[in-house]
Amino acid sequence: MRHIFAFIWKHNFFFLFLVLEVVSLIFIANRSFYHRSVLSNGTDRFTGSVLTTWSGITSYFSLKQENIRLANENARLQRILTQSQITKDTTSLMVADTSYNQQYRYTVAKVIGNSTSRRDNYIMLNKGLKHGIRRDMAVLSPDGVVGTVVSVSENFSWAMSLLNKHTRISARIARINQMGTVVWDGGNPSVGTLQDIPAHVKVLPGDTISSSGFSHIFPEGIMVGTVEEIYVEEGAHFYTIYFRFSADMNSLRNVYVVKNLFRDEQIELSKDVIDE
Amino acid sequence: MNKLFGRDFVRFFVLILVQVLVLDHINLHGYANPSLYIYFILLLPFEIPGFLLLLLAFLIGFGVDSFSNSIGLHTFATVLIAYLRPWVIRLAGPPAEYEGNLKPGIADMGFRWFFAYSMVLVLAHQLVLYTLESFRLAEIGSILLKTLTGSILTLALIVVVEYLFMRKR
Repeated sequence: MRHIFAFIWKHNFFFLFLVLEVVSLIFIANRSFYHRSVLSNGTDRFTGSVLTTWSGITSYFSLKQENIRLANENARLQRILTQSQITKDTTSLMVADTSYNQQYRYTVAKVIGNSTSRRDNYIMLNKGLKHGIRRDMAVLSPDGVVGTVVSVSENFSWAMSLLNKHTRISARIARINQMGTVVWDGGNPSVGTLQDIPAHVKVLPGDTISSSGFSHIFPEGIMVGTVEEIYVEEGAHFYTIYFRFSADMNSLRNVYVVKNLFRDEQIELSKDVIDE
Repeated sequence: MNKLFGRDFVRFFVLILVQVLVLDHINLHGYANPSLYIYFILLLPFEIPGFLLLLLAFLIGFGVDSFSNSIGLHTFATVLIAYLRPWVIRLAGPPAEYEGNLKPGIADMGFRWFFAYSMVLVLAHQLVLYTLESFRLAEIGSILLKTLTGSILTLALIVVVEYLFMRKR
Protein backbone atom coordinates (compact mmCIF):
# COMPACT_ATOMS: atom_id res chain seq x y z
CA MET A 1 0.00 0.00 0.00
CA ARG A 2 2.74 2.38 0.99
CA HIS A 3 4.47 1.72 -2.30
CA ILE A 4 1.34 2.66 -4.22
CA PHE A 5 1.07 5.98 -2.39
CA ALA A 6 4.76 6.61 -2.91
CA PHE A 7 4.33 5.87 -6.60
CA ILE A 8 1.34 8.20 -6.94
CA TRP A 9 3.17 10.92 -5.02
CA LYS A 10 6.21 10.58 -7.22
CA HIS A 11 4.07 10.99 -10.34
CA ASN A 12 1.60 13.46 -8.81
CA PHE A 13 1.76 15.68 -11.92
CA PHE A 14 0.48 12.86 -14.10
CA PHE A 15 -2.15 11.61 -11.67
CA LEU A 16 -3.55 15.08 -10.97
CA PHE A 17 -3.74 15.60 -14.75
CA LEU A 18 -5.66 12.34 -15.07
CA VAL A 19 -8.11 13.23 -12.29
CA LEU A 20 -8.82 16.71 -13.72
CA GLU A 21 -9.37 15.36 -17.24
CA VAL A 22 -11.72 12.65 -15.98
CA VAL A 23 -13.70 15.28 -14.06
CA SER A 24 -13.97 17.42 -17.23
CA LEU A 25 -15.09 14.42 -19.26
CA ILE A 26 -17.79 13.58 -16.72
CA PHE A 27 -19.05 17.16 -16.99
CA ILE A 28 -19.10 16.93 -20.79
CA ALA A 29 -20.72 13.51 -20.97
CA ASN A 30 -23.34 14.17 -18.34
CA ARG A 31 -24.38 17.78 -18.42
CA SER A 32 -27.55 17.22 -16.39
CA PHE A 33 -25.41 15.80 -13.59
CA TYR A 34 -23.65 19.13 -13.40
CA HIS A 35 -26.84 21.15 -13.66
CA ARG A 36 -28.40 19.37 -10.72
CA SER A 37 -25.36 20.08 -8.55
CA VAL A 38 -25.03 22.95 -6.08
CA LEU A 39 -21.98 24.14 -8.00
CA SER A 40 -24.05 25.05 -11.04
CA ASN A 41 -26.35 27.27 -8.97
CA GLY A 42 -23.33 29.19 -7.73
CA THR A 43 -21.73 29.62 -11.16
CA ASP A 44 -25.07 30.64 -12.66
CA ARG A 45 -25.50 33.33 -10.03
CA PHE A 46 -21.98 34.63 -10.65
CA THR A 47 -22.02 34.54 -14.46
CA GLY A 48 -25.58 35.85 -14.40
CA SER A 49 -24.64 38.97 -12.47
CA VAL A 50 -21.56 39.66 -14.61
CA LEU A 51 -23.55 39.22 -17.82
CA THR A 52 -26.44 41.37 -16.53
CA THR A 53 -24.06 44.26 -15.90
CA TRP A 54 -22.41 43.83 -19.29
CA SER A 55 -25.68 43.60 -21.23
CA GLY A 56 -26.88 46.69 -19.34
CA ILE A 57 -24.02 48.58 -20.95
CA THR A 58 -24.08 47.06 -24.43
CA SER A 59 -27.86 47.07 -24.90
CA TYR A 60 -27.73 50.82 -25.55
CA PHE A 61 -25.87 50.22 -28.78
CA SER A 62 -28.67 48.20 -30.33
CA LEU A 63 -31.64 50.29 -29.19
CA LYS A 64 -32.42 51.52 -32.69
CA GLN A 65 -32.44 48.03 -34.22
CA GLU A 66 -34.50 46.73 -31.32
CA ASN A 67 -37.12 49.48 -31.70
CA ILE A 68 -37.56 48.75 -35.39
CA ARG A 69 -37.96 45.07 -34.62
CA LEU A 70 -40.63 45.70 -31.98
CA ALA A 71 -42.49 48.20 -34.18
CA ASN A 72 -42.60 45.63 -36.99
CA GLU A 73 -43.96 43.06 -34.62
CA ASN A 74 -46.62 45.48 -33.37
CA ALA A 75 -47.71 46.15 -36.93
CA ARG A 76 -48.02 42.42 -37.59
CA LEU A 77 -50.09 41.89 -34.46
CA GLN A 78 -52.33 44.88 -35.22
CA ARG A 79 -53.11 43.31 -38.56
CA ILE A 80 -54.33 40.12 -36.91
CA LEU A 81 -56.56 41.99 -34.44
CA THR A 82 -60.24 41.57 -35.29
CA GLN A 83 -60.80 45.32 -35.14
CA SER A 84 -58.68 45.88 -38.21
CA GLN A 85 -60.54 43.32 -40.28
CA ILE A 86 -63.78 43.87 -42.15
CA THR A 87 -66.52 41.35 -41.54
CA LYS A 88 -67.54 39.76 -44.83
CA ASP A 89 -70.89 38.31 -43.94
CA THR A 90 -73.80 39.66 -42.01
CA THR A 91 -74.67 36.55 -40.07
CA SER A 92 -72.78 36.58 -36.84
CA LEU A 93 -71.87 33.64 -34.70
CA MET A 94 -72.11 33.45 -30.95
CA VAL A 95 -69.27 31.64 -29.25
CA ALA A 96 -69.14 30.53 -25.66
CA ASP A 97 -66.10 32.11 -24.04
CA THR A 98 -64.97 28.87 -22.48
CA SER A 99 -64.21 27.38 -25.88
CA TYR A 100 -61.40 29.92 -26.22
CA ASN A 101 -59.11 28.84 -23.44
CA GLN A 102 -55.70 30.35 -23.49
CA GLN A 103 -53.06 27.80 -24.46
CA TYR A 104 -49.84 29.79 -24.39
CA ARG A 105 -48.56 32.23 -21.80
CA TYR A 106 -45.86 34.71 -22.84
CA THR A 107 -43.22 36.08 -20.48
CA VAL A 108 -40.77 38.76 -21.55
CA ALA A 109 -37.09 38.04 -20.85
CA LYS A 110 -33.83 39.70 -21.68
CA VAL A 111 -30.93 37.89 -23.33
CA ILE A 112 -27.85 38.53 -21.18
CA GLY A 113 -25.50 35.90 -22.59
CA ASN A 114 -25.41 34.52 -26.11
CA SER A 115 -22.90 32.87 -28.39
CA THR A 116 -23.03 31.87 -32.04
CA SER A 117 -19.45 30.72 -32.57
CA ARG A 118 -19.57 27.35 -30.81
CA ARG A 119 -20.92 24.04 -32.05
CA ASP A 120 -23.38 24.01 -29.14
CA ASN A 121 -24.65 27.48 -28.39
CA TYR A 122 -26.69 28.46 -25.38
CA ILE A 123 -28.50 31.66 -24.43
CA MET A 124 -28.66 32.98 -20.89
CA LEU A 125 -31.90 34.71 -19.91
CA ASN A 126 -32.44 37.05 -16.97
CA LYS A 127 -35.47 35.17 -15.66
CA GLY A 128 -35.62 31.92 -13.70
CA LEU A 129 -37.72 29.75 -11.39
CA LYS A 130 -38.83 32.83 -9.47
CA HIS A 131 -40.48 34.22 -12.62
CA GLY A 132 -42.20 30.98 -13.57
CA ILE A 133 -39.66 29.81 -16.14
CA ARG A 134 -39.41 26.03 -16.39
CA ARG A 135 -37.60 23.49 -18.54
CA ASP A 136 -38.93 22.85 -22.06
CA MET A 137 -40.53 26.23 -22.57
CA ALA A 138 -40.17 27.85 -25.98
CA VAL A 139 -38.01 30.94 -26.55
CA LEU A 140 -39.17 33.25 -29.36
CA SER A 141 -37.89 36.56 -30.61
CA PRO A 142 -40.13 39.09 -32.39
CA ASP A 143 -38.73 37.64 -35.64
CA GLY A 144 -39.24 33.96 -34.95
CA VAL A 145 -38.13 30.82 -33.16
CA VAL A 146 -34.95 31.08 -31.06
CA GLY A 147 -34.69 27.98 -28.87
CA THR A 148 -35.84 25.93 -25.88
CA VAL A 149 -35.21 26.38 -22.15
CA VAL A 150 -32.97 23.57 -20.91
CA SER A 151 -31.96 24.51 -17.39
CA VAL A 152 -33.31 26.94 -14.84
CA SER A 153 -31.87 28.35 -11.63
CA GLU A 154 -33.46 30.70 -9.11
CA ASN A 155 -32.96 33.94 -11.09
CA PHE A 156 -31.58 32.88 -14.48
CA SER A 157 -32.11 30.26 -17.12
CA TRP A 158 -30.18 28.72 -20.02
CA ALA A 159 -31.89 28.14 -23.33
CA MET A 160 -30.52 25.86 -26.03
CA SER A 161 -30.37 28.03 -29.12
CA LEU A 162 -31.26 26.86 -32.64
CA LEU A 163 -27.49 26.83 -33.18
CA ASN A 164 -26.90 23.58 -31.31
CA LYS A 165 -26.31 20.02 -32.46
CA HIS A 166 -29.01 18.72 -30.10
CA THR A 167 -31.70 21.01 -31.52
CA ARG A 168 -34.45 19.25 -33.48
CA ILE A 169 -37.58 21.26 -34.13
CA SER A 170 -40.65 20.03 -35.90
CA ALA A 171 -41.48 22.52 -38.67
CA ARG A 172 -43.47 22.74 -41.86
CA ILE A 173 -43.23 24.51 -45.17
CA ALA A 174 -46.38 26.60 -44.97
CA ARG A 175 -47.19 26.77 -48.70
CA ILE A 176 -47.26 23.04 -49.35
CA ASN A 177 -48.02 21.97 -45.78
CA GLN A 178 -45.16 19.44 -45.58
CA MET A 179 -43.56 18.48 -42.27
CA GLY A 180 -39.84 18.35 -41.65
CA THR A 181 -37.21 18.66 -38.95
CA VAL A 182 -35.03 21.71 -38.37
CA VAL A 183 -31.40 21.03 -37.37
CA TRP A 184 -28.14 22.99 -37.48
CA ASP A 185 -25.01 21.52 -39.08
CA GLY A 186 -22.58 24.00 -37.57
CA GLY A 187 -20.68 26.71 -39.38
CA ASN A 188 -22.71 29.67 -40.57
CA PRO A 189 -24.88 30.96 -37.70
CA SER A 190 -27.56 32.32 -40.02
CA VAL A 191 -28.21 29.15 -42.05
CA GLY A 192 -30.05 26.06 -40.82
CA THR A 193 -31.00 22.74 -42.39
CA LEU A 194 -34.48 21.34 -42.92
CA GLN A 195 -34.61 17.56 -43.24
CA ASP A 196 -37.29 14.96 -43.93
CA ILE A 197 -39.22 16.82 -46.64
CA PRO A 198 -40.10 14.11 -49.20
CA ALA A 199 -38.37 14.61 -52.57
CA HIS A 200 -41.54 14.24 -54.63
CA VAL A 201 -43.02 17.61 -53.57
CA LYS A 202 -41.96 20.87 -55.17
CA VAL A 203 -40.07 23.22 -52.86
CA LEU A 204 -39.08 26.71 -54.03
CA PRO A 205 -36.48 29.14 -52.75
CA GLY A 206 -38.27 31.74 -50.65
CA ASP A 207 -40.81 29.32 -49.16
CA THR A 208 -41.60 30.06 -45.52
CA ILE A 209 -40.72 27.54 -42.83
CA SER A 210 -42.73 27.80 -39.60
CA SER A 211 -43.19 25.72 -36.47
CA SER A 212 -45.67 22.86 -36.77
CA GLY A 213 -47.05 23.00 -33.25
CA PHE A 214 -46.64 19.24 -32.89
CA SER A 215 -43.79 19.37 -30.41
CA HIS A 216 -45.91 20.53 -27.42
CA ILE A 217 -43.31 23.29 -26.99
CA PHE A 218 -43.71 25.83 -29.79
CA PRO A 219 -47.02 27.43 -30.73
CA GLU A 220 -48.09 26.67 -34.28
CA GLY A 221 -47.09 28.96 -37.15
CA ILE A 222 -44.13 30.76 -35.59
CA MET A 223 -41.66 31.71 -38.31
CA VAL A 224 -38.37 29.77 -38.41
CA GLY A 225 -36.85 30.87 -41.70
CA THR A 226 -37.02 31.07 -45.49
CA VAL A 227 -35.76 28.44 -47.93
CA GLU A 228 -32.54 29.32 -49.77
CA GLU A 229 -31.03 26.24 -51.39
CA ILE A 230 -32.55 22.85 -52.11
CA TYR A 231 -30.58 19.64 -52.68
CA VAL A 232 -31.51 16.06 -53.22
CA GLU A 233 -28.90 13.34 -53.31
CA GLU A 234 -29.15 10.68 -55.97
CA GLY A 235 -31.45 7.92 -54.77
CA ALA A 236 -32.46 9.79 -51.63
CA HIS A 237 -36.11 10.10 -50.72
CA PHE A 238 -35.76 13.36 -48.84
CA TYR A 239 -34.49 16.84 -49.61
CA THR A 240 -31.71 18.59 -47.76
CA ILE A 241 -32.93 22.17 -47.59
CA TYR A 242 -30.75 25.06 -46.44
CA PHE A 243 -32.67 28.02 -45.10
CA ARG A 244 -31.99 31.40 -43.54
CA PHE A 245 -33.16 31.84 -39.92
CA SER A 246 -35.74 34.60 -39.60
CA ALA A 247 -34.39 35.57 -36.18
CA ASP A 248 -30.91 37.10 -36.21
CA MET A 249 -29.28 34.85 -33.63
CA ASN A 250 -26.34 37.20 -33.23
CA SER A 251 -28.29 40.26 -32.10
CA LEU A 252 -30.92 38.84 -29.74
CA ARG A 253 -31.99 41.25 -26.98
CA ASN A 254 -35.62 40.87 -25.91
CA VAL A 255 -37.30 37.50 -26.21
CA TYR A 256 -40.52 35.81 -25.12
CA VAL A 257 -40.50 32.66 -23.05
CA VAL A 258 -43.64 30.75 -23.91
CA LYS A 259 -45.35 28.26 -21.64
CA ASN A 260 -47.73 25.74 -23.17
CA LEU A 261 -50.46 25.46 -20.53
CA PHE A 262 -51.69 22.14 -21.92
CA ARG A 263 -48.28 20.53 -22.30
CA ASP A 264 -48.65 18.07 -19.42
CA GLU A 265 -52.02 16.95 -20.71
CA GLN A 266 -50.68 16.50 -24.25
CA ILE A 267 -47.68 14.50 -23.07
CA GLU A 268 -49.83 12.37 -20.81
CA LEU A 269 -52.06 11.61 -23.77
CA SER A 270 -49.22 10.67 -26.10
CA LYS A 271 -47.80 8.44 -23.37
CA ASP A 272 -51.06 6.50 -23.36
CA VAL A 273 -50.74 6.00 -27.10
CA ILE A 274 -47.20 4.67 -26.83
CA ASP A 275 -48.22 2.31 -24.05
CA GLU A 276 -50.89 0.72 -26.23
CA MET B 1 7.95 36.96 -6.53
CA ASN B 2 4.90 38.58 -4.96
CA LYS B 3 4.59 41.15 -7.68
CA LEU B 4 4.90 38.45 -10.29
CA PHE B 5 2.11 36.48 -8.71
CA GLY B 6 -0.09 39.58 -8.58
CA ARG B 7 0.30 40.09 -12.32
CA ASP B 8 -0.81 36.53 -13.04
CA PHE B 9 -3.74 36.95 -10.68
CA VAL B 10 -5.00 40.04 -12.52
CA ARG B 11 -4.34 38.44 -15.90
CA PHE B 12 -6.48 35.44 -14.91
CA PHE B 13 -9.64 37.51 -14.46
CA VAL B 14 -9.01 40.02 -17.24
CA LEU B 15 -8.45 37.24 -19.79
CA ILE B 16 -11.64 35.36 -18.79
CA LEU B 17 -13.69 38.56 -19.11
CA VAL B 18 -12.14 39.57 -22.44
CA GLN B 19 -12.71 36.05 -23.73
CA VAL B 20 -16.36 35.68 -22.77
CA LEU B 21 -17.55 39.26 -23.21
CA VAL B 22 -15.70 40.26 -26.37
CA LEU B 23 -13.85 37.48 -28.21
CA ASP B 24 -16.63 34.89 -28.04
CA HIS B 25 -18.73 37.24 -30.16
CA ILE B 26 -16.18 37.36 -32.96
CA ASN B 27 -17.55 35.15 -35.63
CA LEU B 28 -16.96 34.99 -39.37
CA HIS B 29 -19.51 32.53 -40.73
CA GLY B 30 -19.03 30.36 -37.69
CA TYR B 31 -15.28 30.08 -38.11
CA ALA B 32 -12.36 32.06 -36.72
CA ASN B 33 -13.09 32.21 -33.02
CA PRO B 34 -9.89 33.00 -31.07
CA SER B 35 -9.17 31.56 -27.60
CA LEU B 36 -6.92 34.25 -26.20
CA TYR B 37 -7.45 33.10 -22.60
CA ILE B 38 -4.83 30.34 -22.91
CA TYR B 39 -2.26 33.16 -23.06
CA PHE B 40 -2.55 32.93 -19.26
CA ILE B 41 -1.18 29.36 -19.29
CA LEU B 42 1.63 30.33 -21.68
CA LEU B 43 2.84 33.17 -19.46
CA LEU B 44 2.95 31.37 -16.11
CA PRO B 45 6.51 31.39 -14.70
CA PHE B 46 8.91 28.55 -15.57
CA GLU B 47 9.35 27.50 -11.97
CA ILE B 48 5.64 27.10 -11.19
CA PRO B 49 4.91 23.77 -9.40
CA GLY B 50 3.19 21.17 -11.58
CA PHE B 51 0.08 20.79 -9.45
CA LEU B 52 -0.52 24.56 -9.41
CA LEU B 53 -0.15 24.74 -13.20
CA LEU B 54 -2.81 22.04 -13.66
CA LEU B 55 -5.19 23.52 -11.09
CA LEU B 56 -4.97 27.01 -12.58
CA ALA B 57 -5.60 25.56 -16.05
CA PHE B 58 -8.64 23.76 -14.69
CA LEU B 59 -9.96 26.95 -13.08
CA ILE B 60 -9.56 29.22 -16.10
CA GLY B 61 -11.10 26.59 -18.39
CA PHE B 62 -13.98 26.19 -15.99
CA GLY B 63 -14.42 29.96 -15.83
CA VAL B 64 -14.69 30.29 -19.61
CA ASP B 65 -16.98 27.25 -19.78
CA SER B 66 -19.43 28.48 -17.19
CA PHE B 67 -20.14 31.60 -19.27
CA SER B 68 -21.19 29.63 -22.35
CA ASN B 69 -22.76 26.60 -20.66
CA SER B 70 -20.15 24.31 -22.21
CA ILE B 71 -18.96 22.86 -18.89
CA GLY B 72 -15.93 20.59 -19.27
CA LEU B 73 -15.05 21.47 -22.85
CA HIS B 74 -12.55 24.30 -22.44
CA THR B 75 -11.55 22.80 -19.10
CA PHE B 76 -10.41 19.58 -20.77
CA ALA B 77 -8.46 21.29 -23.55
CA THR B 78 -6.75 23.74 -21.19
CA VAL B 79 -5.71 21.10 -18.63
CA LEU B 80 -4.27 19.09 -21.51
CA ILE B 81 -2.01 21.90 -22.73
CA ALA B 82 -0.99 22.64 -19.13
CA TYR B 83 0.16 19.02 -18.94
CA LEU B 84 2.02 19.35 -22.26
CA ARG B 85 3.64 22.67 -21.31
CA PRO B 86 6.75 21.42 -19.39
CA TRP B 87 7.40 18.96 -22.21
CA VAL B 88 7.12 21.65 -24.89
CA ILE B 89 9.42 23.95 -22.90
CA ARG B 90 12.03 21.18 -22.74
CA LEU B 91 11.61 20.61 -26.46
CA ALA B 92 11.85 24.29 -27.37
CA GLY B 93 15.13 24.41 -25.49
CA PRO B 94 15.52 25.80 -21.99
CA PRO B 95 16.60 29.42 -21.49
CA ALA B 96 20.21 29.81 -22.73
CA GLU B 97 21.60 31.55 -19.66
CA TYR B 98 19.36 30.66 -16.82
CA GLU B 99 19.27 33.53 -14.36
CA GLY B 100 16.41 32.34 -12.21
CA ASN B 101 13.87 35.05 -13.03
CA LEU B 102 13.39 34.62 -16.75
CA LYS B 103 9.76 34.38 -17.86
CA PRO B 104 8.24 32.75 -20.93
CA GLY B 105 7.70 35.76 -23.16
CA ILE B 106 9.20 37.54 -26.14
CA ALA B 107 11.11 39.96 -23.91
CA ASP B 108 13.11 37.23 -22.15
CA MET B 109 13.16 34.36 -24.62
CA GLY B 110 13.08 36.04 -28.01
CA PHE B 111 10.41 35.97 -30.69
CA ARG B 112 11.36 32.67 -32.31
CA TRP B 113 11.37 30.70 -29.06
CA PHE B 114 8.08 32.19 -27.88
CA PHE B 115 6.35 31.76 -31.23
CA ALA B 116 7.31 28.09 -31.58
CA TYR B 117 6.33 27.39 -27.97
CA SER B 118 2.96 29.15 -28.37
CA MET B 119 2.23 27.57 -31.73
CA VAL B 120 2.52 23.98 -30.49
CA LEU B 121 0.31 24.60 -27.46
CA VAL B 122 -2.28 26.72 -29.31
CA LEU B 123 -2.61 24.12 -32.08
CA ALA B 124 -3.01 21.30 -29.56
CA HIS B 125 -5.60 23.29 -27.63
CA GLN B 126 -7.69 24.21 -30.68
CA LEU B 127 -7.58 20.72 -32.18
CA VAL B 128 -8.72 19.04 -28.96
CA LEU B 129 -11.33 21.74 -28.33
CA TYR B 130 -13.06 21.50 -31.70
CA THR B 131 -12.81 17.71 -31.91
CA LEU B 132 -14.43 17.34 -28.52
CA GLU B 133 -17.00 20.02 -29.26
CA SER B 134 -18.32 18.42 -32.42
CA PHE B 135 -17.44 14.77 -31.74
CA ARG B 136 -18.67 13.65 -35.13
CA LEU B 137 -16.50 12.06 -37.77
CA ALA B 138 -18.71 13.55 -40.48
CA GLU B 139 -17.69 17.05 -39.41
CA ILE B 140 -13.93 16.41 -39.65
CA GLY B 141 -13.55 18.99 -42.41
CA SER B 142 -15.10 21.77 -40.38
CA ILE B 143 -13.15 20.67 -37.29
CA LEU B 144 -9.84 21.03 -39.14
CA LEU B 145 -10.85 24.34 -40.69
CA LYS B 146 -11.90 25.71 -37.31
CA THR B 147 -8.65 24.47 -35.76
CA LEU B 148 -6.61 26.20 -38.43
CA THR B 149 -8.46 29.53 -38.45
CA GLY B 150 -8.81 29.55 -34.66
CA SER B 151 -5.10 28.86 -34.17
CA ILE B 152 -3.99 31.57 -36.60
CA LEU B 153 -6.24 34.16 -34.94
CA THR B 154 -5.26 33.12 -31.42
CA LEU B 155 -1.54 33.22 -32.25
CA ALA B 156 -1.86 36.60 -33.95
CA LEU B 157 -3.69 38.03 -30.94
CA ILE B 158 -1.14 36.58 -28.52
CA VAL B 159 1.75 38.14 -30.43
CA VAL B 160 -0.01 41.52 -30.64
CA VAL B 161 -0.85 41.52 -26.92
CA GLU B 162 2.66 40.33 -26.10
CA TYR B 163 4.22 43.31 -27.94
CA LEU B 164 1.64 45.76 -26.53
CA PHE B 165 2.40 44.85 -22.93
CA MET B 166 6.12 44.09 -23.30
CA ARG B 167 8.26 45.38 -20.47
CA LYS B 168 11.43 47.07 -21.58
CA ARG B 169 14.52 45.30 -20.31
